[in-house]
Amino acid sequence: MTDSTPLLEVNNLAVEFDTYGGIVKAVRGISFSVAAGKTLGIVGESGCGKSVSVQSIMGLIPMPPGRITSGTAMFAGQDLLVSKMRNGHDIRGADIGMIFQDPMTSLNPTMSIGSQIAETLEVHRGYTAKQAFARAIELLDQTRIPEAAKRARQYPFEFSGGMLQRAMIAMAIACEPEILIADEPTTALDVTIQAQILDLMRDLQRETGMALILITHDLGVIARMADDVVVMYAGQAVEKGSVDDIFYRSAHPYTMGLRAAMPTNTRGDHHKLTPIDGSPPDLFHPPAGCGYCARCPSSMNICVRANPEPFHLSEHHFARCWQHHPEIPVKADGLHYLTGND
Amino acid sequence: MALLQVRHLSKFFNIDRNHRVHAVDDVSLSIAEREIVGLVGESGSGKSTLGKTMLGLHHKSAGEVIYKGELLPAKYHPADFQRHAKNMQMIFQDPYSSLNPRMTVGEIIGEGLRLHTNKKGTEIREQVARWLKRVGLEPDHMSRYPHEFSGGQRQRIGVARALILEPEFVVCDEPISALDVSVQAQVVNLLDELKASMGLTLLFIAHDLSMVRYVSDRMAVMYLGSVIEIGVSDDVFFNPKHPYTQILVGSNPEPDPQTERARPSTAIKGEIPSPVNVPAGCRFANRCPQMMEVCRVETPALIDLKEVGSGKREVACHLYN
Repeated sequence: MTDSTPLLEVNNLAVEFDTYGGIVKAVRGISFSVAAGKTLGIVGESGCGKSVSVQSIMGLIPMPPGRITSGTAMFAGQDLLVSKMRNGHDIRGADIGMIFQDPMTSLNPTMSIGSQIAETLEVHRGYTAKQAFARAIELLDQTRIPEAAKRARQYPFEFSGGMLQRAMIAMAIACEPEILIADEPTTALDVTIQAQILDLMRDLQRETGMALILITHDLGVIARMADDVVVMYAGQAVEKGSVDDIFYRSAHPYTMGLRAAMPTNTRGDHHKLTPIDGSPPDLFHPPAGCGYCARCPSSMNICVRANPEPFHLSEHHFARCWQHHPEIPVKADGLHYLTGND
Repeated sequence: MALLQVRHLSKFFNIDRNHRVHAVDDVSLSIAEREIVGLVGESGSGKSTLGKTMLGLHHKSAGEVIYKGELLPAKYHPADFQRHAKNMQMIFQDPYSSLNPRMTVGEIIGEGLRLHTNKKGTEIREQVARWLKRVGLEPDHMSRYPHEFSGGQRQRIGVARALILEPEFVVCDEPISALDVSVQAQVVNLLDELKASMGLTLLFIAHDLSMVRYVSDRMAVMYLGSVIEIGVSDDVFFNPKHPYTQILVGSNPEPDPQTERARPSTAIKGEIPSPVNVPAGCRFANRCPQMMEVCRVETPALIDLKEVGSGKREVACHLYN
């Protein structure tokens, strides 16, 4: 984590949804921030609330059934969770751009790629149609789409998955946003194309100095891209720290568990993978205690009864786990602990 | 001895009179008894088609598959499936669409026994119950429907369905791609245990290179319908020879920030070309950083690199000619 002031600061965000089965508490008080030029990785399993968190910041949660029950998301001095569109100019889509997991379904199949990109510029920046289309071609070129002028006139079905994701990026950066939010941007792509897209995002970040919030379930992508990492589980941030904290000084049993469940790329290594048994808790009735305790190999009595507060291992590294309470009787193996004088 | 031999197998899909998709083009491969062969490649490289053609789920356009010395028919008829279903089975990629939502789990898993053995109702139910336990589910899950299960549990149902006839050879088509990391390990460990206890031979198709290296004894890399490199998994992964394999391994992000920071950008240029009317020469030539004159003209055959690694390694590349 850096000392520069954060561009976006999300504090204690909670989101729930009304469903026929009851109220799902999808996000249960999450805080994170991102500074200019930095990459924040949000990692977690499907259903842990990582997409819902950023979608609520972007105002993409349908309300109802969705509801933001608490929290603030401060950007440029205003709270994104309460501010509405003013004078046709909205921060979302202009100062904060977003790309989605599935580029095939996120684009309008009946509009040419160029006009879709141009639309953003007409709405947010007041370009004329002609100016906007010319700029769209430049943007496609910037995202390294060959023959951009020809491609801009084509429709989504004429693009491959990797190309569509580039077009999505071109659209998201059209208004030169300060923050780019990428929700599983490479999950639907092959590793070779994934490498191209990740390189592209990193180059654009270097050129423009924008901040990047990268949501993924792939720890490899996190290791490659992120400066800071939030590990989410059952709607909460269970561990947060620098990328090195998360990988080399893991302090939450869930983070440890994720790493033990993946093969390490060491020659001749065929040690047995350690799966995380069980499944995430039911968020209709979130447990009173720690959300992970039912699957946790080092859970204690207290874990069932009370949800741990974040325990700070260093200024910017915390884990929501009772194992880090100073009066813990038996310490579990492998977790990175607070030193005595912290 | 090889349990299964694939010789010059091809599968083309006709689009119209003049165009056809070369999904699998002249692939030769042999799989030894109790061996796990991993098959990797980008989407569209023909991995799944190869697996399905080997099992007779697609008619063969050319070439042959020999199972225990017996030549399998080019075109399966119902009687052929009846005969071979007991030996060869398949686990499918998508645990959501590969289970019939209108059948109970008991019916799904027991269907093989009902069709291919003389077993009666109670006997089938007993065996299904045993298998549910074996894959880590409960016997009373038998009367439930697929929608009541999570992705990982469904994939276990798929595993039980494929293995209840105790086949010798199983094609696992991306069995873990749709699952979360924590659940992937459950399914991989389950396959590993069953392999040890039943003496299974597996063709493990996946695009996750780290997982394939971990799971399989040998690894084959496919590109645009052909196998371009094959060898002992660790050798192929840690010392790739074909330029494409090198790029593939270099693109695979590892969960280790230090490695990732030190890694030079190896992003490949361009995308996999269309498998319709494949041009002459090496299929990878137009994306290859080490392309030579000959690559445009002559298709490289798999050649044995005798000196490398701990086992036989074959590469289809003119660099090694």
